[in-house]
Amino acid sequence: MSDKPSFVYVIYIAATAEQVFEALTSADMSERYWVGNRLQSDWKVGSPFALQLKREGNRVTGTVLEVDPPRRLAYTFHSQHDGLDSEGPSRVTFEIESHKDQVRLTITHDEFPPGSKVFEHINRGWPLVLSSLKSFLESGRVLRAPWYEEADAA
Amino acid sequence: MTDQSAFKPNTVYVIYIAATPEQVWQALTDPAFTRQYFGGFSIDVEPRQGGAFFLRYPDGRVHMSGRVVEWSPPRRFSCTWVVEGMPEFRELPECLVTYEIEPAGGAVKLTMTEAHSWDVPEDILAGGRQGWPAILSSLKSALETGKALEIKMEPPKGMVDAVRRAVAEKPWKKST
Repeated sequence: MSDKPSFVYVIYIAATAEQVFEALTSADMSERYWVGNRLQSDWKVGSPFALQLKREGNRVTGTVLEVDPPRRLAYTFHSQHDGLDSEGPSRVTFEIESHKDQVRLTITHDEFPPGSKVFEHINRGWPLVLSSLKSFLESGRVLRAPWYEEADAA
Repeated sequence: MTDQSAFKPNTVYVIYIAATPEQVWQALTDPAFTRQYFGGFSIDVEPRQGGAFFLRYPDGRVHMSGRVVEWSPPRRFSCTWVVEGMPEFRELPECLVTYEIEPAGGAVKLTMTEAHSWDVPEDILAGGRQGWPAILSSLKSALETGKALEIKMEPPKGMVDAVRRAVAEKPWKKST
């Protein structure tokens, strides 16, 4: 095992690969399952990527690294909020595999700089975001976490 | 009595579910419910600490057996697991599986922890790391939509060989 932290999470979704890829790239869909946070990019390799957070002025920025619809998507991930902007960018990669009428979605978030604080945040965040994405695609529902309310109140 | 402190968590999986803690508890402990989302297996558990625990194939044969270590509805359910239904696997030391259910903003956070008392090779841990996301994704779909996912319950490539090697060498006897 290397000491470089890496976060890997797998979730299965009753949807097509195209639907999952769209959810991972659509501004409007992300605003729903990510509860107010909005993805922004033209999704061309080398283009800027942003996740505009609901709390005003907070965002994550990056660069699109890979776009292979509906199988693979990768971007750099640079948090600009909560004093995290001095930390260098990390990398997010999604892989989508279809099995009959369902999809196995794998996220790998890695290449964190040493002593990363962002790593703690994303460990808590991705299981909720991807659980909500699954609910959204399967039943039109979305999930909220208590720390969203805390952030809203702050 | 199982000494929980001897077990080290190797695999942790977290999933959020739009349901109540009681509904998630039922999904984890009710045989008719586990049959839907858990590859056809029915749970058969004595609802008390120290009680017997089984996961049974549809024909009633035992796939997994163990003991209840903690039974605290609707918050925490922990039991030991030994694979009985596959040759060699039953020679491995028991592992400890714990489900923790916490309310989270109108939904429920379900945390599954698989813990072991010996230094388990990656090829054996791969079984749980492949299986749990599928099983718990399926549980979430069953609770939220009424329709479970189709899941494969075969051990991943390399796992059976790794189990055979471990059973031959018994590294858990050397380590302590």
